[in-house]
Amino acid sequence: MAAAVELVEIDSLTDRLEQTWNTPKTLYGALSTVDHKTIGKRYLATAFVFLLLGGAQAGAIRAQLARPNSHLLSPEAYDQLFSMHGTTMIFWYASPILSGFSNYLVPLMIGARDMAFPRLNAFSYWTFLLSGLFIYTSALTGAIPHGGWFAYVPYTNAQYSPGANMDFYALALLFLTISTTAGAINFIVTILKMRCPGMSVSRMPLFMWSTLTTSVAIVFAMPALTAALVFLEFDRRFGTHFYDPVRGGAPLLWQHLFWVFGHPWVYIVVLPATGMASMIIPTFCRRPIVGHVYVALATVSTGIFGFGVWAHHMFATGMPALSTTFFSAASMSVSIPSGIQIFAWLATIWAARRHVLATPMLFMLGFICLFVIGGVSGVMTASVPFDWQVTDTYFIVAHLHYVLVGINLFPVLAGFYFWLPKMTGRMLDERLGRWNFWVLFVGVNLTFFPMHAVGLRGMPRRVYTYPSGMGWDWLNMAESIGAAVTVIGILLFVINVLRSRKFGAVAPSNPWGAATLEWATSSPPAEYNFVVIPIVGGREPLWERHDALLGPTADTDLAPVNSVQLATWRVLDDGKETLESTLLDADPQAALHMPQNSLWPLVLALCLTGLVSACLVGAPSWTVIAALSTCAAVGGWLWPKASTLPPSRIVA
Amino acid sequence: MMTAPHLPGVALQIRQVYDRNPSVFQPVGPHSKAIATLGWTLIVAATVVFIVVMTLLLLPIWKRRHASVEDGPPAPVSETAWLLYAGTLAPAAILAGVFVLTLGAYHAARPSGTGGLTIEVVGHQWWWEVRYPDEHILTANEIHIPVGREVRVVLTSADVIHSFWVPNLAGKTDLIPGTTNIAWIEADTSGTWRGTCAEYCGMQHAHMALTVVAELPGDFNRWTEAQRGVSAAPTDSATLDGEAAFLSSQCVYCHTVRGTQASGRIGPDLTHIGSRLTIASGMLANTRGNLGGWIENPDQLKPGTKMPAVPLGAGQLEAIITYLESLK
Repeated sequence: MAAAVELVEIDSLTDRLEQTWNTPKTLYGALSTVDHKTIGKRYLATAFVFLLLGGAQAGAIRAQLARPNSHLLSPEAYDQLFSMHGTTMIFWYASPILSGFSNYLVPLMIGARDMAFPRLNAFSYWTFLLSGLFIYTSALTGAIPHGGWFAYVPYTNAQYSPGANMDFYALALLFLTISTTAGAINFIVTILKMRCPGMSVSRMPLFMWSTLTTSVAIVFAMPALTAALVFLEFDRRFGTHFYDPVRGGAPLLWQHLFWVFGHPWVYIVVLPATGMASMIIPTFCRRPIVGHVYVALATVSTGIFGFGVWAHHMFATGMPALSTTFFSAASMSVSIPSGIQIFAWLATIWAARRHVLATPMLFMLGFICLFVIGGVSGVMTASVPFDWQVTDTYFIVAHLHYVLVGINLFPVLAGFYFWLPKMTGRMLDERLGRWNFWVLFVGVNLTFFPMHAVGLRGMPRRVYTYPSGMGWDWLNMAESIGAAVTVIGILLFVINVLRSRKFGAVAPSNPWGAATLEWATSSPPAEYNFVVIPIVGGREPLWERHDALLGPTADTDLAPVNSVQLATWRVLDDGKETLESTLLDADPQAALHMPQNSLWPLVLALCLTGLVSACLVGAPSWTVIAALSTCAAVGGWLWPKASTLPPSRIVA
Repeated sequence: MMTAPHLPGVALQIRQVYDRNPSVFQPVGPHSKAIATLGWTLIVAATVVFIVVMTLLLLPIWKRRHASVEDGPPAPVSETAWLLYAGTLAPAAILAGVFVLTLGAYHAARPSGTGGLTIEVVGHQWWWEVRYPDEHILTANEIHIPVGREVRVVLTSADVIHSFWVPNLAGKTDLIPGTTNIAWIEADTSGTWRGTCAEYCGMQHAHMALTVVAELPGDFNRWTEAQRGVSAAPTDSATLDGEAAFLSSQCVYCHTVRGTQASGRIGPDLTHIGSRLTIASGMLANTRGNLGGWIENPDQLKPGTKMPAVPLGAGQLEAIITYLESLK
């Protein structure tokens, strides 16, 4: 590589970058920013609010179910609550919260200055937010979705669910799929094309593997959901017969389409979290993860296997024996890559140089415990005859919550304790963090473990009440008490975060002594992330201490000399620039000009909100107007401008 | 928010109708027993796996709890032992064993026999229509089966998807409109058990239960004999008054009582309602007080039910209850 070299004054370079990348702290700046860190934080905050909403709904559910024959809630309200609880948690919390972490962390971990498509990134966020607000406006109209997050036809057809309830569900989800798909494409391109030199595929942090796998899975899984929802709306609005058995349609078509999407989605909402575990556990064991390559392979194969197991949600639908046993075997096999990941973490803990039991590590230990419980109960439900007994009972409720709370919420909280200091510059309190962990761990287990038993004792899911004396009464009471403890656990976390804003210790750039590039930046990082594009020489760049390669980081100053000779492609100060690199080896390729802040993503998202609202109301003229403004907004976004910048430079 | 149904005379206790809790681990037939055995095996295996993994997780931390805060040397670690033997081959061996057990239980729990008794069950929001095609019986929410005989239950739905589940007897099978599914049930002993709808089907999914009564062959034959015919015509004046009140009420638009002019097809057949153990699709025991409360205020007991409260004159309700109780 015979790249051009230039003499750089670090101080003046920093000033120039500061000016180029700065987003003004004005309303316009807030609405137009394309900074991945701001967008990531917004994702995290918004998704967390949805977690609190979904949690409040769960609290109401547990209050109703604490006693038999309870009349706290009407059946209608109960159906709406459990539908919105599932829909909110699955679609507007579990996946977006991970998008938030990925948004914030991916460019930092790979040594880039932003995502590949910053405006698309802003658009993903705005559509996520607006689709969530859209489905929650159903509360104002009273027509809250009531068909469960799975919305099985024919119950959700117009005949059995008249009213706008299920239209809110279908249109809001269609709206959200746009956000999710755009976000996934952005992650794929960013991870494949924007890694800093030295970060060949084999040196990519494992969180990149899980984000990449998840994003590819999203791109392949989403079309099935989109098709299912479009068919549903056509059946409801235009009287088509996709799901109508009387006229040749098939109710099971919905179930196949929904679960072809739905089961990969389970891995989509847990894989990035396992990636976080593979970042956090080694940090607190003070050594690289054992079996890096195998963990990466296990991650990818889980993503692929995840597409071959959907029919295990349908063992009771009367499928033929051959397909039933095939999906049974496939569903058991999918646990093997998970086993590899778990044993890699166990081996890392066994071979640790030291165990640092800080709060993020406590949450990770809790995560492994809950993961194993959710995993073994998953294998039990993959056993077809056993599934015939437990499917649609509280045993499944127990299983899925061990999976989602265990493999999503616990790593997410570990992630907050771990990375929030990087984002805010303030440490969270360790003492409060320990209380947070233990209260939540006890609460979650008290809530969900008895559900295994109550399900085996014959209590079906989705019932708004139950008779007394069936052997379910005290178990339900225990679960409801557990829910109250869980609420306290979550509140302790909220208090810790809010408290840290003012009283938290100031976070150094690398408070945990972690190994990856995000810790080479200041806490919080500058808007341009890196003064010069770093070079990495291994999988744990910060443990290898090749300071000269990393460039001037928050910890290591290249001074005493302020002027250094640097390859031209490391400087990139000709406007907003970052580096494009080759796909496998991450050799420098070109300097990419990044877009300025823009209002178009927000405008387009608002136009789409108008479009789905018009579809909901069923007003043809408004639908046409909204569709035309959406097209106009796309045109405005893409309108070519006479650029003042030179075209992207080939730098290597 | 709804108010509690403080209806006079209505008692929500239903458990005493049944001989056992509806538990997967209280099986009374060969199919459910095969699954219960599988279930216990899986639980034991799952517990062992959990204990082993938790030991591997916590033991190293416990062992080094007093270690100095300085980093020690990285311990030697064998990727082959951890990832290939422990992480891949051991789980694969356990899973292979689980799969073999699964196949065994699969065949035990879902026989492909063709003989035996056939019952047709049609799911409705929110009740079960039950037919015995060979015995020419039409009833609702209650299935009688002879002990020791394999029973083929043919399932379909008149509206949305439901699921047929009697935990003491067998796993679930869905009732899907436009499709016919087969479930197999068999009881080893006589008794009465609770079944329920297991697929979310709308507002009263929670109260879509059914009752399964297994009887010795003689009792079963007497039951089919009685169900086939019509009930004895009323003789005493109170029952005659009740019949008149019933036939002049709106009840007849939805309900059938064979042998009378009541021939509605929307709701359950009431020809032998007096012989059933429960009413309101297994929500209430079939008592005088419950019948009264249910007829007077269906929507308060089961919000969303399709059964309306019908206007009845003074004394008519009591008379109708007397009549319905006589329909044995």
